[in-house]
Amino acid sequence: MSTVIQNMPFDVDEIRKDFPILKREVNGYPLVYFDNAATSQTPQQVIDVIVDYYSNYNANIHRGVHTLSQEATDAYEQARVKIQKHFNADKSHEIIFTSGTTHGINLVANGFTAILQEGDEIIVSALEHHSNIVPWQMLCERTGAILKVIPMNEEGALIMSAYGALLSEKTKLVFCNHISNALGTINPIEEIITKAHMVGAAVLIDGAQACPHVKPNVNELDVDFYVASAHKMCGPTGVGVLYGKEEWLQKLPPYQGGGEMIAEVTFEKTTYAGLPHKFEAGTPNICGGIAFGAALDYINKIGFQAIQDYEHKLLAYATEKLLQIDGLKIYGTSANKTSVISFNIDGIHPYDIGTIIDKLGIAVRTGHHCAQPIMDYFNIPGTIRASFAFYNTTEEIDRFVEAVVKAKNMLL
Amino acid sequence: MTIQEIQDNIVDEFSMFDDWMQRYEYMIELGKSLPIIDDQYKIDENLIKGCQSKVWVHAELEDDKLVFTADSDAIITKGIIAILVRAFSNQKPQDIINAETDFIDEIGLKEHLSPTRANGLVSMIKQLKLYAVAYQTQLN
Repeated sequence: MSTVIQNMPFDVDEIRKDFPILKREVNGYPLVYFDNAATSQTPQQVIDVIVDYYSNYNANIHRGVHTLSQEATDAYEQARVKIQKHFNADKSHEIIFTSGTTHGINLVANGFTAILQEGDEIIVSALEHHSNIVPWQMLCERTGAILKVIPMNEEGALIMSAYGALLSEKTKLVFCNHISNALGTINPIEEIITKAHMVGAAVLIDGAQACPHVKPNVNELDVDFYVASAHKMCGPTGVGVLYGKEEWLQKLPPYQGGGEMIAEVTFEKTTYAGLPHKFEAGTPNICGGIAFGAALDYINKIGFQAIQDYEHKLLAYATEKLLQIDGLKIYGTSANKTSVISFNIDGIHPYDIGTIIDKLGIAVRTGHHCAQPIMDYFNIPGTIRASFAFYNTTEEIDRFVEAVVKAKNMLL
Repeated sequence: MTIQEIQDNIVDEFSMFDDWMQRYEYMIELGKSLPIIDDQYKIDENLIKGCQSKVWVHAELEDDKLVFTADSDAIITKGIIAILVRAFSNQKPQDIINAETDFIDEIGLKEHLSPTRANGLVSMIKQLKLYAVAYQTQLN
């Protein structure tokens, strides 16, 4: 998945200096930020780009003849090319800026309203985020299509034989996340894509959780659509990307009407602009798009191989330490997973632990992680989820484990 | 005792603690000692919305006083609802409706709890007062 490029040697102490937020204290303790799967922190290099945009060339894009507008347009379009290269898309107009992953998914789901017919089938995985299930349910309501679900096993991995059995010539669309947000399981998307294509179905992959850890090659994957959010990969919130194969993007109707997406408008008829503008109605998140490009520069400079190697060490270290705690159970034990640990301790509500360790300066997520079906499967109210990024350290893991033990002793 | 007197007592008790850890330990203790709600009342209709953990509250009129029982699947939440039950249970509905809730701030609960938890606290108080309003209407 990752390309070998010459990177700086990995030095976590140096990297941490790039993240101003890591210097702050919470409740009198140095912050330990282990909620990276919800949103990642922002390096100074990206913050500088945001400040520079608003300080020096804030303007609306694609229409002004003045210098600022030209500069902003150039920077925005350069960011699109950076994203294209990062994902290895063939053409820059196959990169659509969105407000985030959810927007990208809804854009595709809405487009398929015009394509699906009653009785057609959409397949989704059991490992989905809530927000990922709803657009497909709505699409089914609009079109009379039927939603089918790939089940998962005890380890939190998809049961691929069941997937094979669900596929048929009725399948028009398959939707799956690259990596599960609740459990961290890496799904076999290559196999999912190949098999879907054998029955002529399109595939949309949600890369929101994957992109901070791996560099997806959409060309090699031969995926039809791929979506991601900038804020999980050191970029700002409110901006994301939809990659779509040109032929598919041509086929889908526009999602929203407005400025930027039109070629010609009269009261009788409007002709739409070409790609990518057809899907980018209104003034976009210009600064966000530019900062997204800067975030990609930043993580590519560190290098995905280095990130994966380091995060793998953090995961192994944390898993070993946590499992020494009596009564602690980890959910999502698939061998193929990223640096996310979802767990519970016997007889303790995850919320109680989350509350107490927050008092000790540690940020984790508690609850159902917007993945209620997964929690129902394990018959638990939720979990405590610690998710690590390349700027976390084993010392932070020690403090976290110590805090969990302290909370356990208080609560039991 | 009036609601105000009970609340003053609770504030006194919490003022003995120097740090958040002792406050939490006390709340956990209170949670463990909370009289458990009768199982027949642990139903969805008695669940309070707006809390990340489950909180059930049941209200019953005994003579002219409202009696609350409650439970939660999270122990800290149970401690919080135990404090509220102590402050508001066995009181006349009209007194519950009129009661101030500043003591929550005074015992450092609101500032010490996470935003979602604090919202849960607000929902709990609202629910107790709603019961009081409902029973007051009945008494009228």
